[in-house]
Amino acid sequence: MKNLCLFILLFSWSVQAQQQLTGQIKIKENATELPIEGVNLIWLNTSMGTITDQSGNFKLPMSPNSNKLVISYLGFKTDTLIISSPKRLVHTLLPDADDALDEITLTERRKAIQKSYLEAQNIIRVSSEELLKAACCNLSESFETNPSIDVNFADALTGTKQIKMLGLSSPYLLISEENIPMVRGASQIYGLTFTPGTWIQSIQITKGAGSVVNGFESIAGQINTEIQKPSQDVPIYINAYTSVNGRQEYNAHFNTKWNDKWSAGSYVHVNQRTQKFDKNADSFLDVPISKQINVLNRWQYTDATKGWVGFASLRFLDDKKQTGSINFDPETHRDTRAFWGSEIETQRVDASLKIGYVFPDTPYQSFGFQSAYSNHDQDSYFGLRRYDIKHKSFFTNLLFNSIISNTKNKFKTGINFSFDEYNEGVDLVDYQRRDEVIGAFFEYSYDSLEKLNITAGIRLDSHNRLGTFVTPRVHLRYNPWERSVLRASVGSGRKVANIFAENQKLFGTNRLIQLVENGGSVYGLRPEKAWNYGLSFRQGFTLFQKQGDVTVDFYRTQFEDQVVVDWEQASHIRFYNLEGSSYANSFQLELDYVPFRNTALRLAYKNYQVKTTYGTQTLQKPLQPRERFFANFEYKFENEEKGSQWKADMTYHFVGEQRLPSNSRDGVGYSSERYGLLSMQITRVFSKQFEVYLGGENLGNYKQLNPIVGAEDPFGSTFDTSLVYAPIFGKMFYAGLRFKLNNIKK
Amino acid sequence: MKKIIILLIALLPVIGFAQKAKKDIQKTSFEVNGVCGMCKARIEKQAFTVKGVKSATWDISSHQFSVIYDASKTSLLNIHEEIASVGHDTPLATAPDEVYNSLHMCCMYERESKE
Repeated sequence: MKNLCLFILLFSWSVQAQQQLTGQIKIKENATELPIEGVNLIWLNTSMGTITDQSGNFKLPMSPNSNKLVISYLGFKTDTLIISSPKRLVHTLLPDADDALDEITLTERRKAIQKSYLEAQNIIRVSSEELLKAACCNLSESFETNPSIDVNFADALTGTKQIKMLGLSSPYLLISEENIPMVRGASQIYGLTFTPGTWIQSIQITKGAGSVVNGFESIAGQINTEIQKPSQDVPIYINAYTSVNGRQEYNAHFNTKWNDKWSAGSYVHVNQRTQKFDKNADSFLDVPISKQINVLNRWQYTDATKGWVGFASLRFLDDKKQTGSINFDPETHRDTRAFWGSEIETQRVDASLKIGYVFPDTPYQSFGFQSAYSNHDQDSYFGLRRYDIKHKSFFTNLLFNSIISNTKNKFKTGINFSFDEYNEGVDLVDYQRRDEVIGAFFEYSYDSLEKLNITAGIRLDSHNRLGTFVTPRVHLRYNPWERSVLRASVGSGRKVANIFAENQKLFGTNRLIQLVENGGSVYGLRPEKAWNYGLSFRQGFTLFQKQGDVTVDFYRTQFEDQVVVDWEQASHIRFYNLEGSSYANSFQLELDYVPFRNTALRLAYKNYQVKTTYGTQTLQKPLQPRERFFANFEYKFENEEKGSQWKADMTYHFVGEQRLPSNSRDGVGYSSERYGLLSMQITRVFSKQFEVYLGGENLGNYKQLNPIVGAEDPFGSTFDTSLVYAPIFGKMFYAGLRFKLNNIKK
Repeated sequence: MKKIIILLIALLPVIGFAQKAKKDIQKTSFEVNGVCGMCKARIEKQAFTVKGVKSATWDISSHQFSVIYDASKTSLLNIHEEIASVGHDTPLATAPDEVYNSLHMCCMYERESKE
């Protein structure tokens, strides 16, 4: 309201009650005008207002009480127009003078979470702005404010949070980094903690079968992470974080533009936790002590006129964790029965090369080539148990995009090849394996430009252990009426079960490993195969002049074959191929709404039926809540001078009852009690360069008091650290700062 | 190894497809009058009905219509006329008044009066 402009529009004076004012609002940025979504329009001194839709259009009834229309948008001058007749209004907002001086166009003016109305696949895009809502430190913690992904509590052992989608854990998701499969094989459990939060530019979450382009492994969905691009990231970025549970994190990004084609970035991440905590006095550490160094160097080549783009990345990771008894000293107590302790040391090297070419004359045709190599080396022991894994992996993909007749009919086709070499040491047994697979895929997509989209893909793979097989996947989007979208998908997926790498928490128990071999090709077991069916409907609405949408999702994953991980017997962990049925039904009801200006509300209710036949009985998967509820509320205070601002964010998770397998602590047929977790964060933006944040997690201080079964006798048969259903550490506070240096050169 | 070769052979026609002669492929852009997302769908849909049009996008904010077409199958004037026939004026073709008048309220762009 500081820049009050008055425009007088006098045409007709026949003002009637309930006449609609329509029009379009644009913003002027870099000399171009573009219509913009989310502009606030309100009649001065009334509560009647609206916001613009995707194309900048709005509809607003004329007000009997006011003829002054206030038009405002973050970062732009607020204009007040005198409207005397409902003639179509087209108005352009100019940038705020204070902002214009800095000449920065970093802030992406989009909603933090975008759900598309136009694509065939059910894709949820998460921008880096959303990622700032929780001071997430790495990829595994990036989903706390996203209702589609459930962040679970891992074992007491590693403190690593596991994620689930549609009621299935991460091995059933394809987690890729810039479309190269990333969190898999040896890195299945800890891999998400190997991508620091600040490196992430955006995340795309696909529910259901997903695309055939990235392989046959995804069953419940795909999560793709885009890493910062040296040509787009700020020249210098510094982030520091500290929490009262002894965790410190530092991030630094340095980006250089060498010339108009080449740019390079170096990203350094260090985190550590040195302080030992045992608040529940069970003599075991509540959170592991740890140290991670993670360095990424990437080069980007872009020649827009000739159509070439390329990335070369090299990354090195060193991660150490120590946990167990508070008195455990690795030097003296390792391999003894004096104190129970564990160390996990991982070193990993990743190298990748990506080249893309877009035909300059026919931009709908393009080639892509991706190649990635990784070497993962984990050495670990857990009390007297040992687990070592070395995993070398190579992946390459050649992709061609083009059209059939015109761009309403597009296709992607290509081939990929990958090999994985595993060397595992499990207690006293060594396993070696080499998997090779070559595949070809074809994906066709049809766009009617209005109501209908279809994506149908098929791939043929030849795998040395899975044999030769076909993977079909189909997605469909239809808009039955305005602001609604109906999606359906069906597809199959397969995977090799890396039983030890995926279930490393078993080593934090003294359970006996029992492998019921049946002559299958991997650990004597047959690979896993499942079909996923999904249906989703979303309806946008306007309530009290504010926009919102409601989404209902139902997905079912039906396993044809599965390696069942059976924890039901307290003294054993058994792996065997499914005999009976196994499925995961997931229902989600979600509401997004803007109750007031500068706020956003997101509510979700989720219901999961994840059932598997264990021996003779079909039971809900252990530690899988049947119900979950999620709420997130965000409030951005009015912009002040020089871009300074307050932002507040609140998230509530309700976790329903979880079934626990029988054990000496809880007995037989026990279900955990339900509980809620509240977290909050406040961010103070001082300028575009500097901001500080402060937050708290688990503010209700809900704790599981005795997370470790048999803690008093860690070398006895009942010892089990895997049965954790709630936070071990109570309320936790943290603080951090972010510093960005935007313009070094003019 | 045999399978690899089979797959590569299966993909050869695709690569051949990409090599198709493109001397007739023309790329151009011009202004088309319109307002909103409904206009965008109408303009693009109509453009795609023209045989030989490979790609058609109308930008809501700049009103620029970008088109890639096969000049051996259609002419630029033909594309202008097709777009005008559904109500949107272009520099080379004017929409019939009755079609313009039947457009949705939101699509009523301001017409430049032809002198």
